[in-house]
Amino acid sequence: MYNEKVMDHFANPRNVGEIEDAGGVGEAGNPHGDFMKIFLKIKDNRIEDVKFKTFGCAAAIASSSMATELIKGKTLKEAWDLTNEAVSEALGGLPPGKLECSVVSREAIHMAINEYRKKQGLEPWEEKQQ
Amino acid sequence: MGKKRFVYMDHAATTSTKPEVAEAMRSFLKENFGNPSSMYSIGREAREVVESAREQLAKGLGADPEEIYFTSGGTESDNWAVKGTAFARRKEGKHIITTQIEHHAVLYPCEYLETRGFDVSYLPVDKDGLVDPADVEAAIRDDTILISVMYANNEIGTLEPVPEIGKIASEKGISFHTDAVQVIGKVPLDLERTHSDVDMLSLSSHKFYGPKGVGALYIRKGVEIDNYMHGGAQERGRRAGTENVAGIVGMGKAIELVTANIEKHNEKIRKMRDRLMKGVLEIPHTRLNGHPEKRLPGNLNFSFEFIEGESLLLMLDQARICGSTGSACTSGAPGPSHVLTAIGLSPEIARGTLRLTLGDANSEEDIDYVLEVLPEIIEKLRAMSPFYKPAAGM
Repeated sequence: MYNEKVMDHFANPRNVGEIEDAGGVGEAGNPHGDFMKIFLKIKDNRIEDVKFKTFGCAAAIASSSMATELIKGKTLKEAWDLTNEAVSEALGGLPPGKLECSVVSREAIHMAINEYRKKQGLEPWEEKQQ
Repeated sequence: MGKKRFVYMDHAATTSTKPEVAEAMRSFLKENFGNPSSMYSIGREAREVVESAREQLAKGLGADPEEIYFTSGGTESDNWAVKGTAFARRKEGKHIITTQIEHHAVLYPCEYLETRGFDVSYLPVDKDGLVDPADVEAAIRDDTILISVMYANNEIGTLEPVPEIGKIASEKGISFHTDAVQVIGKVPLDLERTHSDVDMLSLSSHKFYGPKGVGALYIRKGVEIDNYMHGGAQERGRRAGTENVAGIVGMGKAIELVTANIEKHNEKIRKMRDRLMKGVLEIPHTRLNGHPEKRLPGNLNFSFEFIEGESLLLMLDQARICGSTGSACTSGAPGPSHVLTAIGLSPEIARGTLRLTLGDANSEEDIDYVLEVLPEIIEKLRAMSPFYKPAAGM
């Protein structure tokens, strides 16, 4: 059902944990669906470090892991523009019906970035209409 | 590092074919390919072994060989019993009683019948999964023609009061069917003596160490039921289709083996099961689903808070442990099974459900291994969950 890359990111997820003095924290999902909490450490407009905690199926955990890998070291704008499709592609593809399980990553990243922006006295970025 | 132990704990899904069963089947997959309906020697031999298997099944169930009809498995048997009875008795009434926790092979035929003018009452169960016979009695109407209640639930293992419900049905002249797929070789059945109110009973070979693709429907003499498969005159004109000779031979051997010493076998399985249960329940925030006593000897069904079922299964699979869950995640939308919903589990709790079903493949070493690995996996997954707060929770 899942390819080897997905299984690797599920069984050995990267960046699991919390950052105590995170510049931005975001969460997305619902308690009986998939749920992700993300912690960003931001310096000079770049994501210096990122940690996450996820409750959910293998696709949700693997996507969280891959999404955090993809945004680490990137600018906030680059991180904001990360798509579910890009995460799925980096994982070598998710099975049909499982792409939805990766949406929490993007939503959580967006929330964390905007939390950071608000703290900096900046206007939060707006979600693009899908 | 040595090779990890392989532990199969999904006997409610399917079982391995016993070596004696495979051996009995062998020549009918190789040398003797005869059609039991043919008159020449290899046809006659095939006919003979099919009839011997029918006798083995009859003996295992305490029935008459003429009451055994071979099918392709549990699903066909359930479909035949439900739809065949409904159409045979539709002039007498349109009402069917069943439960909310039946297998889909009973539930979906019932739902189909609703689209064809029948009325179906789906009885609730209590928190342990038990159907109350008083509820069955209260649901009976003047036009009730069929009651179908499973013998044991495949997910949570709860054993239903089938003889009692059968008696109620019998007194009112209502046909009574039970899906006994999970209980063959685990509950002693005697359809002549102890279970004389059961009119129809479904069974499936691969659940009791026989091959897949073969099963049977027991139909008590005189019970009204329409044919389901139409075609040739096999099974005394009741179920068309060339017999699955090798499968039937294997199923005959399997039922003979599993009904030979039910109590001794149950005792061994129950002992392992209880030790595993005790150990797993020591994991914090864990509950056992199903009835604490009235349950299949090999069945365990747990819900772990802060755990998602699919992740748990895949982690167990990495440790070479085979189990199953009661919830499937598709498109990010979790769907707890109808059984877990019927016993009142919230979607959050149902989501972390694990079924382990023990059987022949298991040994005490398997229990040790699962008790070593499972708590670690639960801890690992919980540590990853944003909801879990060990300090506050424990």
